[in-house]
Amino acid sequence: MTRIYLDHAATTPVRSTALDAFVAQAQRNGNASALHSAGRSVKLHVEDARDQLAATLAADPTEILFTAGGTEADNLALKGLYWANQPNDVIIATGIEHPAVLETLDWLEAHESATVAYVDVTPEGFVDVDAWQDALQQYRGRIAVATLMWANNEIGTIQPIVQIAQLCQAEGVDFHVDAVQAFGAVPITFGQGITTMAISGHKIGAPVGIGALLVRRDAKPTPVLHGGGQEREIRSGTTADALIAAFAAAAVEAHTNLTTEAARLAGLRNQLLAAIQRDIPEAKLQGPANMDYRLPTNVHFSFAGAEGDSLLFGLDMAGIESSTGSACNAGVSRPSHVVLATGQDEAAARSTQRFSLGHTTTQEDIDAVIAALPGIYRAAADAGMAAQMSSIRTANSHR
Amino acid sequence: MKKLKVLAAMSGGVDSAVAAARAVEAGHDVVGVHLALSRMPGTLRTGSRGCCTIEDASDAWRACEKLGIPYYTWDFSERFQEEVVDDFIAEYAAGRTPNPCMRCNERIKFAALLERALALGFDAVVTGHYAKVIENERGELELHRAADDAKDQSYVLGVLTAEQLKHSMFPLGDTPSKDMVRAEAEERGLSVAQKPDSHDICFIPDGDTRGWLEEKIEMSDGPIVDTEGDEVGTHPGAQAFTIGQRRGLGIGKPAGDGKPRFVLEIRPKDNTVVVGSRDMLAVDRITGIRPSWAGAPIAEESTGEWFSCHVQVRAHAEPVPGRARVTTGDVDGTTAVVWEMELDDTIQGVAPGQTAVVYQGTRVLGQVTIHKSINAERLAHV
Repeated sequence: MTRIYLDHAATTPVRSTALDAFVAQAQRNGNASALHSAGRSVKLHVEDARDQLAATLAADPTEILFTAGGTEADNLALKGLYWANQPNDVIIATGIEHPAVLETLDWLEAHESATVAYVDVTPEGFVDVDAWQDALQQYRGRIAVATLMWANNEIGTIQPIVQIAQLCQAEGVDFHVDAVQAFGAVPITFGQGITTMAISGHKIGAPVGIGALLVRRDAKPTPVLHGGGQEREIRSGTTADALIAAFAAAAVEAHTNLTTEAARLAGLRNQLLAAIQRDIPEAKLQGPANMDYRLPTNVHFSFAGAEGDSLLFGLDMAGIESSTGSACNAGVSRPSHVVLATGQDEAAARSTQRFSLGHTTTQEDIDAVIAALPGIYRAAADAGMAAQMSSIRTANSHR
Repeated sequence: MKKLKVLAAMSGGVDSAVAAARAVEAGHDVVGVHLALSRMPGTLRTGSRGCCTIEDASDAWRACEKLGIPYYTWDFSERFQEEVVDDFIAEYAAGRTPNPCMRCNERIKFAALLERALALGFDAVVTGHYAKVIENERGELELHRAADDAKDQSYVLGVLTAEQLKHSMFPLGDTPSKDMVRAEAEERGLSVAQKPDSHDICFIPDGDTRGWLEEKIEMSDGPIVDTEGDEVGTHPGAQAFTIGQRRGLGIGKPAGDGKPRFVLEIRPKDNTVVVGSRDMLAVDRITGIRPSWAGAPIAEESTGEWFSCHVQVRAHAEPVPGRARVTTGDVDGTTAVVWEMELDDTIQGVAPGQTAVVYQGTRVLGQVTIHKSINAERLAHV
């Protein structure tokens, strides 16, 4: 069976340019920190890659600190800025952030006496800008860091990051942006008012295991990993030169094709979205209805009456790979914390399915999903009905 | 053989892995599903996610990968909480002794899971239980004991109905011994081949049922009395005791006859535990309520005549010969169908709430929940 991969927001196939760059760099021996010729040669390639990556984000190369991925970048930014700004103890955030952010904030609350102020989001997942401004004023003088994701990984909402960054800057508050989903999907820059920004390689076609935290020149988050201080004395660990080369190659390719690719994927997304709305009236679109503020790669619905994992099962059986949005380590679908945070009930949060498009997605893929989904939904809704009202009578069914 | 679409319920243990393997080998279209049965309330969003046992889910998944079948984890934690855990607590609170594993088979594996499977296009659920489903000459399904007496699990399946048996497959039922299942798992390269058997109640992590119940049921100190009604000690809460229990009574002074004391009765209403000597536990007359037939009923259901049978009251108890009949009786003020059982020998430790499974030879006829039990001889002496 030909598999149809529509889970690019989880990870996307490695681009051949990235793989070539990885192989070429992995064949060069030498530690980028070594002072001999081999080391200097490796370091040169790393710095070239850093320049290329920086150029895709209109950032200064020294602002790029390579990490092992997005999660590490979020941890470093939030813990690092929180500690650097002591005794300030308040963190501003929203409830729809990625677990890499939310769990870090929970940890800071539990172990470092932080107070997290969660600003409301609208039903479509947009941060309430007035409420954000109110929080900045309410906690004035106490805020250690504020954080907001550029685009939501589940429902695709693109936040007014520039506006929020300006509000933070006006208050002199350090602002961290998780741009893992936005990077490579929509045009973004490491602009004014942003202190730190997390990006990840495997979401744009580099292998898993490489990411970066952009850190403004004047910012100095307290290190989380201690050691050789390879990345601007803020992040330690032997420089992952081959992964960095792949990351830069993937970023350059994604950046070069961004406008045309975003338009192509938005067109496919719109087809899928419209077909679901036409064929399955029970389906409720999650995230923005205005496509200008939605990731061109994101389709996300709550399918009333069906459990997300029943839908996933039916789709997987039909060769279509999608996601319920969130799952625990044991692989159990969980009610989406994002949908819950937008003010909807658990039924809506349990019946979600996300289709995320990427650089390998084709028209045929989308046609196949449009053909298969209505039948899969009906079966999943029947299964959901069985879960509510058992028809199997046994000795103790009504005890 | 008809090729079926079957769902293998994978606990992460060796039995269900081999059962799934045999279903694959038999040519069925098999999908593995691990049931997530636990979810800590209040941790849906963030924080310390009290998830299912990740290790078991991972073992189940690896077995499926080895067998080349798809694998999914399905969340039944809510249903399990409502139908098994809450019921377990309520039964203990009422002074009865429930069997949560039977209840899970009755309401989760062969009801909630089965129904979902049927809705999603499956024909049957496969498990690693040691029992057999046999079709008799009339084309009816019968549930029978497994070939391996030591592993036989027909007791905990005794509550299944004809409808449930129709959609059940137990590929291990004919296996002469568990060792052979482990050896087969080894041969098939399944990593769980030497994984220890599970014994404890799955939702009580440290096996301390009493301690666990104490957190769920409001308990208070009360008297321990002997059969004469004289107080012989105090207990910290009657509900966590089980009929036949000897340990944990904390009776300081020895009984008059110097013999150990056992729990004879639990009276949750006045928070009293009645104790007495071991022979007082012996009963040979049992009344059971909420009956069900494991397959088609026998003719004596409608005639009300006595039929000879064996009665088993616990998962690993000896079956006791005797006779039984279907009749009606007064159950807490209403008339209901009851099964009366008269045993040839006395048995001990029979508690209300326990399940009595009724056999004829290796065949499971059905089951009832024990309502009352008495000792005919002792009663006659009173």
